[in-house]
Amino acid sequence: MRTTKKIRVLIAKPGLDSHDRGAKVVARALRDAGMEVIYTGLRQTPEQIVETALQEDVDVVGLSILSGAHKALFPRIMELLKERGLMDVMVFAGGIIPEEDVSEMKKLGIKEIFGPGTPTETIIQFVLENVPKRT
Amino acid sequence: MTMFDEKKIEEIKRERQHWEKTTLPKWIRQSPECKSEFRNHSGMLIKRVYTPEDIKNLDYMRDLGFPGEYPFLRGVHATMYRGRLWTMRMFAGYGTAEQTNQRFKYLLKEGETGLSTAFDYPTIMGYDSDHPMARGEVGVCGVAISSLKDMEILFDGIPLDKVTTSMTINGPAAMLLAMYVAVGDKQGVSREKIGGTTQNDNLKEFFAQKLCIFPPKPSVKLTTDIIEYCARHLPKWNPVSISGYHIREAGATALQELAFTLYDGIAYVESTLERGLKVDDFAHRLSFFFASHSDFFEEIAKFRAARRLWARIMKERFHAKNPRSMWMRMHVQTSGCTLTAQQPLNNIIRTTIQALAAVLGGTQSLHTNSFDEALCLPTEEAVRVALRTQQIIAHESGVTNTVDPLAGSYYIEALTNEMEEKAMEYIRKIDEMGGATAAIERGFFQKEISDSAYRYQTEIDEKKRIIVGLNEYTIEEEECPIELLRIDPKVEKEQVAQLQKLKRERDNRKVKEVLEKLHYAAEKDENLMPTIIEAVKAYITLGEITDVLRKVYGEYKELIVI
Repeated sequence: MRTTKKIRVLIAKPGLDSHDRGAKVVARALRDAGMEVIYTGLRQTPEQIVETALQEDVDVVGLSILSGAHKALFPRIMELLKERGLMDVMVFAGGIIPEEDVSEMKKLGIKEIFGPGTPTETIIQFVLENVPKRT
Repeated sequence: MTMFDEKKIEEIKRERQHWEKTTLPKWIRQSPECKSEFRNHSGMLIKRVYTPEDIKNLDYMRDLGFPGEYPFLRGVHATMYRGRLWTMRMFAGYGTAEQTNQRFKYLLKEGETGLSTAFDYPTIMGYDSDHPMARGEVGVCGVAISSLKDMEILFDGIPLDKVTTSMTINGPAAMLLAMYVAVGDKQGVSREKIGGTTQNDNLKEFFAQKLCIFPPKPSVKLTTDIIEYCARHLPKWNPVSISGYHIREAGATALQELAFTLYDGIAYVESTLERGLKVDDFAHRLSFFFASHSDFFEEIAKFRAARRLWARIMKERFHAKNPRSMWMRMHVQTSGCTLTAQQPLNNIIRTTIQALAAVLGGTQSLHTNSFDEALCLPTEEAVRVALRTQQIIAHESGVTNTVDPLAGSYYIEALTNEMEEKAMEYIRKIDEMGGATAAIERGFFQKEISDSAYRYQTEIDEKKRIIVGLNEYTIEEEECPIELLRIDPKVEKEQVAQLQKLKRERDNRKVKEVLEKLHYAAEKDENLMPTIIEAVKAYITLGEITDVLRKVYGEYKELIVI
């Protein structure tokens, strides 16, 4: 199925924090694994992230946040994705997200949350296995 | 004069070659070395054994000298820790100004000797707590300070002539310094006595910490305003803390950290000279800030090389005359990015090694990270252990008994030389590019750092680099064994309510008048410090001041380099 079209991934940084080391390393690892990766840059509002996801026609969105504002921002991002008809886009997240918040975030529809120390190979495999099939 | 005569070096060389042919092969046959080559984080090849051959050109008086004298390799003070220990300065801030004030008092009670303030992201980005961009961020990663009112609470009961305070603030450094000065005025502390540091290193923001508000040119202008203002009015204030820490945390190697930080220092000296100040009027107050990672000797060599290289730059490039213009005083923080969320108590050991390297490297001030910081802001217990780590090194280890105890080690001196030489190569390269701003604009620093970060991660993923508890010696299904600090969402609501009350109750006619004056001063390219002090005293908020400057200077648009 996927022989002609590469998986398109948006790596996005919501929140005001500027810890982009992880986001960039993941972006690069996914690119080296053969995916098309778009990186938003820092301090993107939920509106900007969803707009980029739509414009870039991505299959996957990876959210990276280390500021602790995930509880304020992730629900809004998921809500906007639905509003804009992007329900099929697979969303995963990474950064400093306390264990006790993980199930709440997953209930919003975020497929997986990767904490500090996750090997990039784990993320690559996860994306390959969970990328939605295009119709 | 070199330390070894040529005949002796020849003899050592012969003996080494003999050893390599006779003793060594037997041992290697018996137990082969674990790796084909050994390298430090900076990629330098580490030899099996170091001898006088490796430092045969070392000239004691030229290259090492005595502590407190040029080239300051052995330390900036003649007696170092025999006279006075380093300042134990724990970076702290969360929630409201009241909460952080309590944490400050707790730390002082437990024996820390200087304050260091962590601001929340809205403050750092020049947004008031009620700005839409601040949603979910107020007081979460630091303390929320929107106006002088908050600053008064933050330092309530802390006499500013008895303690020095460091503030990790860059874009809005002028506003926070103005608030600090205003608190000092209210306490009746004269400006000659106000001591501390504003980070105020805007250049590294563009490629390392990335908390940029304005474009590079006005950012450097604001940094320089503070340097100039302090040279004239705040003699005990360190106007800038030229920071390698964030460069390192973003992924740079020790060598890149050293070279890029010193280059930023060069840029600030140049921008201040352009204001008509003489180098000896301000250079003695420039301070530095480095990270300390886990490769023990590499870090020690980096700190030592940094001091000598800076002294040489100040003397040879900028023709400073006062020896104090050539001294590099530094604050060190142990490395946050080496901490693991897995088996967090192991982080205490990492921090200990890193802190010891900083002390053996001759730091003036030190922050030790808490073991829970890969997971959250530190709890009181975690921060106490971190402070105790410094106190144990200071009072129990004996490393403070003599100055620069590792001097003369063949390995340390050879590595110090190599660090300095390779950093100079970078400096020449950046000179050729046209300086720091030009290098930022072409993404040079960004690419260098990004490549190093990726290489580091790849080494961990491929287990070429072992991180205990992470990719080796792991525990399956680990339960988090420690208590985590959470910030109550009520903080944001209360802070916003307080701020809006302040905005209603202050003299808003005065506010309008001073903001117009500030706008005019910014357009005329005047030094903004005096007007900003006037503004904060009228309870004009951080966000309101920043907004005026945003209008005049524009906002920085990130150059994305992956």
